[in-house]
Amino acid sequence: MAKKKFIVGSFTDEAVLFPAVKKVRRAGYKLHDVFTPFPIHGLDKEMGLRDTSLHTAGFIYGITGTTTAVSFITWALTIDWAINFGGKPYFALPAWIPVTFELTVLFAAVGMVLTFCWLCQLAPFVKKEHFNPRSTDDTFVMALECTGSTNEAEAQQFLQSIGATDVKVETRETGWWLGSYANDKMRFEKN
Amino acid sequence: MSLLRYESQVRAPLVDGTKDYHQVTEDICRPVEAKPSRLWWTGFLISLGLLLFGIISVATEVTYGTGQWNLNRTIGWGWDITNFVWWVGIGHAGTLISAILLLFRQGWRTGVNRAAEAMTIFAVMCAGQFPVWHMGRVWNAFFVFPYPNSRGPLWVNFNSPLLWDVFAISTYFTVSLLFWYSGLIPDLATLRDRAKLKWRKAFYGVASFGWTGSTKHWQRHEALSLVLAGLSTPLVLSVHTIVSFDFATSVVPGWHTTIFPPYFVAGAIFSGFAMVQTLLLVTRKVLSLEEYITIEHIDVMNKVIVLTGSIVGIAYLTELFMAWYSAVDYEWFAFKENRLNLNSPYGWSYWLMMGCNVLSPQIFWFRKMRRNLFVTFFMSILVNIGMWFERFVIIVTSVYRDYLPSAWSTYYTPTIWEVGFYLGTFGLFFTCYFLFSKFFPVIAIAEIKHILKKNGENYKAKMTKEEEDTVSQFSEHHLHEH
Repeated sequence: MAKKKFIVGSFTDEAVLFPAVKKVRRAGYKLHDVFTPFPIHGLDKEMGLRDTSLHTAGFIYGITGTTTAVSFITWALTIDWAINFGGKPYFALPAWIPVTFELTVLFAAVGMVLTFCWLCQLAPFVKKEHFNPRSTDDTFVMALECTGSTNEAEAQQFLQSIGATDVKVETRETGWWLGSYANDKMRFEKN
Repeated sequence: MSLLRYESQVRAPLVDGTKDYHQVTEDICRPVEAKPSRLWWTGFLISLGLLLFGIISVATEVTYGTGQWNLNRTIGWGWDITNFVWWVGIGHAGTLISAILLLFRQGWRTGVNRAAEAMTIFAVMCAGQFPVWHMGRVWNAFFVFPYPNSRGPLWVNFNSPLLWDVFAISTYFTVSLLFWYSGLIPDLATLRDRAKLKWRKAFYGVASFGWTGSTKHWQRHEALSLVLAGLSTPLVLSVHTIVSFDFATSVVPGWHTTIFPPYFVAGAIFSGFAMVQTLLLVTRKVLSLEEYITIEHIDVMNKVIVLTGSIVGIAYLTELFMAWYSAVDYEWFAFKENRLNLNSPYGWSYWLMMGCNVLSPQIFWFRKMRRNLFVTFFMSILVNIGMWFERFVIIVTSVYRDYLPSAWSTYYTPTIWEVGFYLGTFGLFFTCYFLFSKFFPVIAIAEIKHILKKNGENYKAKMTKEEEDTVSQFSEHHLHEH
């Protein structure tokens, strides 16, 4: 199988990590990913990742739930088997608000979680690569992907110079478990 | 960066002691990785015993029918639905803490949200048992869902509050579970990466879904949490609103009240926070997490208790006033003779409720009391007793005297199987909670790390230059800026 090489460096302070990400991108290295133990606000922007459209997906699932509820109840209680409940109208929209609301929330929540798992390729029994087990503890791990033009020794030295410790070259089999955000990255604009 | 992380020194730190990220991981993972203590085993076995008693009680009821309970002609709901509403109410604090307080950007939620959400899920599981087993012929329970059937198909009545309940409770359970578990995934990955034993690696490997901590994943995770919080906020409010509709949409004196939805929601938050206090006071002690669930957290939650308790108190007085002001004889009779009158058969339960829910929480106006662990623990139990009686008062005293005085003589007391069923849900609840506190991190590790540099004691101790300056130094320093 095809193999890929990565230069992996660790950071212990997010205050060092932020400028480091900027320098790496400015120097033209291919930033594979940064693994962090907790969400760091602004790091995604710093890495040039575009915003997620998970919210939009959630909205679409939500209105799907709304329309499902309203159309199904309307059909069931006015067309398929209309029952007279105490002389009230068959089409009793106000009484259907609770169920409609619940289905809106249910569809949006379940849909979003499934979409989240799909996008991040997360599922039980899935094993993915994150280079350093301490990246879920207290270490911010930056991985640079080696391309044809990357000089490994130089890249290692560069990472060390911008504050990384424990810099290593790691080889991994290519595959989905590495994750790829090539479509996600925006061009780096020098400012 | 540093500006965004700034928080006033006036606010007490949310994480005590000298901590760094690794120390946080160590502290919270320790109870999960250590062997269960003797105390844990004792509690767990007692819970299992209660659960077993509950299973026997339910089995008896299913075998011989709901006649095993002392329900009678006018009291059709009795203990069963009282317990249902009580558990559902308790199940409100968790999602309130994690959702509403997330939207309000309350930092203190990070210390308590994981355990509170777990509590919510277990409480809703317990609540769900009651209406289901109350059906008697429980093998037909799936009739409550609208599915194509051979009876027409005859659809369920979407105009009925009881059906709204089916949708509300099942949606609430599902969404709370998803919210809780999606928050757990990164922490389970932390446990996976620390695991030394083979079964631990395998178990947390499966449970953590292959989480890596990639920045893109965190970005999506944050978006997911925020939208789920936005969805859960009206959801929490809707659930107890809909439960209150079970009563409010009827024409029974004592139930037929428009004040019920907000009054029930406030009561639910009230009892939910009381249960959170009960559990967390024990949890923080047993697992030595006092530095994460601090007196500050307990103080804040007691403020919520005194606020919601007072809202509930006002609601009691309002409905009392309205019963008189409405000039409806039956409504006023239900309140005056069935509740207010201490000499009436159930008068004691009304005054017990008033004492526990309205008077006793007022002690929390005093800061000293809010920060006293014994007072807090005692009060949390008292509030839960009071809130149980609130539901009992609503359910029993409204119907035990029918319009027909000849039906008045029966005094409702539960049978051993009704009590056993209730105790059984305690068994279920605590069995789940003990397992949770053993196998899952009871505090959200990643979220604590996220606020650590802003709210940690050792980080807060490093004052900024502006704070160290005296007033004259400060003004001199900034005078020439423009």
